[in-house]
Amino acid sequence: MECYLDNSATTRAFDDVAQLVADTMTKTYGNPSSMHHYGKVAEDIVKKAKKQIAATLHCNEKEIFFTSGGTESDNMALIGAARSREKEVGKHLITSSVEHPAILETMKYLEKQGFEVTYLPVDKNGQVSVDDLKNAIRPDTILVSIMLVNNEIGALMPIEECGKVIKQVNPKTYFHVDAVQGYGKFHINPSKMGIDLMSVSGHKIHGPKGTGFLYVKNGVRIVPINYGGGQQQGMRSGTENVPGIAGLGRAAEEIYENLDSHVATMRELKSYFIKTVCDKLPDISVNGKTDDDCAPHIISLSIKGVRAEVLLHALEDKDIYVSAGSACSTNRPHVSDTLKSIGLDTELLDSTLRFSMSVFTTKEEIDQAIEALEAVVPMLRRYSRQ
Amino acid sequence: MQYHAFILKYAEIGLKGKNRYVFEDALMRQIKRVLDKCSGEFEVTRTAGRIYVEADNYDFDETVKALQTVFGLTGICPAVTVARDEDGKLPTPEKLGEMVSGFMGDVYPDKHKSFKVQVRRVDKSYPLDSMELARDLGAAILEAHPDFTVDVHNPDILLHVELREKINMYSEVIPGPGGMPLGTAGRAMLLLSGGIDSPVAGYMIAKRGVEIEAVYFNAPPYTSERAKQKVEDLARVIAKYTGKVKLHVINFTEIQMYIYDKCPHDELTIIMRRYMMRIAEILAKKSDCMGLITGESIGQVASQTMQSLLCTNAVVESMPVYRPVIAFDKQDIVDISLKIDAYETSIQPYEDCCTIFVAKHPVTKPRLDIIEDHEGNLRDKIDDMVKKAIDTDEIIEITA
Repeated sequence: MECYLDNSATTRAFDDVAQLVADTMTKTYGNPSSMHHYGKVAEDIVKKAKKQIAATLHCNEKEIFFTSGGTESDNMALIGAARSREKEVGKHLITSSVEHPAILETMKYLEKQGFEVTYLPVDKNGQVSVDDLKNAIRPDTILVSIMLVNNEIGALMPIEECGKVIKQVNPKTYFHVDAVQGYGKFHINPSKMGIDLMSVSGHKIHGPKGTGFLYVKNGVRIVPINYGGGQQQGMRSGTENVPGIAGLGRAAEEIYENLDSHVATMRELKSYFIKTVCDKLPDISVNGKTDDDCAPHIISLSIKGVRAEVLLHALEDKDIYVSAGSACSTNRPHVSDTLKSIGLDTELLDSTLRFSMSVFTTKEEIDQAIEALEAVVPMLRRYSRQ
Repeated sequence: MQYHAFILKYAEIGLKGKNRYVFEDALMRQIKRVLDKCSGEFEVTRTAGRIYVEADNYDFDETVKALQTVFGLTGICPAVTVARDEDGKLPTPEKLGEMVSGFMGDVYPDKHKSFKVQVRRVDKSYPLDSMELARDLGAAILEAHPDFTVDVHNPDILLHVELREKINMYSEVIPGPGGMPLGTAGRAMLLLSGGIDSPVAGYMIAKRGVEIEAVYFNAPPYTSERAKQKVEDLARVIAKYTGKVKLHVINFTEIQMYIYDKCPHDELTIIMRRYMMRIAEILAKKSDCMGLITGESIGQVASQTMQSLLCTNAVVESMPVYRPVIAFDKQDIVDISLKIDAYETSIQPYEDCCTIFVAKHPVTKPRLDIIEDHEGNLRDKIDDMVKKAIDTDEIIEITA
């Protein structure tokens, strides 16, 4: 049986999403900007998707702007806010040290452009401290960007508290949340949580790749980062990806239909997986929390004495597909920022795997993964570097 | 300026006495092979130490790039050639003067340069000798384009005018790769890893006219599919010069783990490499190869100290091991790797069999007698495993 446990990398699309995308490409293929009937039909599809998404966030559909995915949404939010507010507020931004490269690299770019960035540390569970954030906010802070769920270890950030503190200390500071790994796993109410901008990706929630959106709270001003035909109120020029948007809307609706029961199942599987593996194999450590204060679908295990890439391929040989939690070896200069930031032992950096689930994940798959680990880990440990 | 011919120069093979035709034939074959893949019509002819390519409806850059992969060529000269008149007579000095002035005018839009004319007269019946003709042609160019200046010692432009079967004019020599034409030496087996050194070593030996076969040691399932893809891509870099490379992929996992079980861990790499050499030699013999090629360089890593090289070299009994980068610094190897477009592929970060199961601190000064003694621990199964590895050899024909 094929056992796909790399859902934080990407997910399989829902069948009806895939069908809808195909139909939109062949049947309702108009350009929303066209004046005629086909244009109107396409425009309605985009509107419907906005409505479906807005319903999941309890927000206004005008607050949804479609993009090509998480990376573009993050770029739009950060660069757009920085550019729109540098004169009025200042040139200071805050983020955490464990963000996705879409945030960290954009911040680096902004630093080169003369902005100043504060990187908040995280504790051993990968969470930022609200007090640290409070102390970092200044009168000239334009924006704070914190992820909802960390993609490598599944740490859940105290977003609501962060939102409160930001508005308390400096009401002019925008709050951006990278919710790529958290949307579709948690109920999110941006206006209640003090979120001004929020990035979401379609393919992490069984939608099509190349889709996503940026939530922009009504009244929040960001300047566009691309220019052209003025689609989406000029915020994001370019003909809308109508098939992708249709699929994204449907996927969003579907993922939130039974969210609570799906999440409960994933949590059960997560604790079962962790408990069983740790019982059966010595020297396994779990990165991040394991209670309800973490993502339900991400499990980061450090397996002492095994090289992650070797284990990954050994599992692949048994039809189990996972990610290496980090990439570091002589060949690879880049070491995972998250794993370093939580203070993981150097020898474990290269021994960490990420298992990530979706609504499709079954107990049988988890059992298969456990069985494979039981068979492979002791064998590989015999051949580890010593 | 649209050239419609190339004059191709070759050096070393001009010196090969009676065997010269063998080398020239091989060179012609290789030139035709690469031009076959270029768009356009080409006619390749050979006369008296020169190869001419006449080209029509062709792409200049593509053609030059292709010719630059033909070992044996030292220079590629884009040329204008003019046929003699119908009676086989050469043009008069005045007519030649017009031709060269036209050539210089077309090729050099910016005339603020110095030049010198170099004449070669194979046809000695011409009324002027080379010196006199060069002088007259120079004067004609100056008259037509007064901004040019003459500098006989250090000119910006050296214009060659040759009076042969045809009249050839060229002023630019694009360097060729040098070396010897493919197919004039023999065949050798390259131990190809995913690294930077071995493709460079393969390229360097291929440059001496040697046909290349390659062997890669794979460690499924513990290595990525991409690691194998990477080696195929590296073999293709060499195939760009040699037309094809026969790549053997050997499943090495079982042998590697057996060595790990039976021998001291700090000697794993050395013993592993000794088995790689043994297997490569067996494959080489089967394919009529006359040598092995490795990318080893003294002292680069623990397994390439002189002591280690002595230990790995000792297993090869019937043929030389060519190590063309043995005395190269890493940067020198990287420079060649960049030049042949292998570098970007070589640095892709996938684990291979040499990195997955190795000791943290491998021995740097192995002693042959001790290594041989420890290899004795393998006697129960190793021969069968080597045989199985060779029997399950996956052969991939890589073409450019």
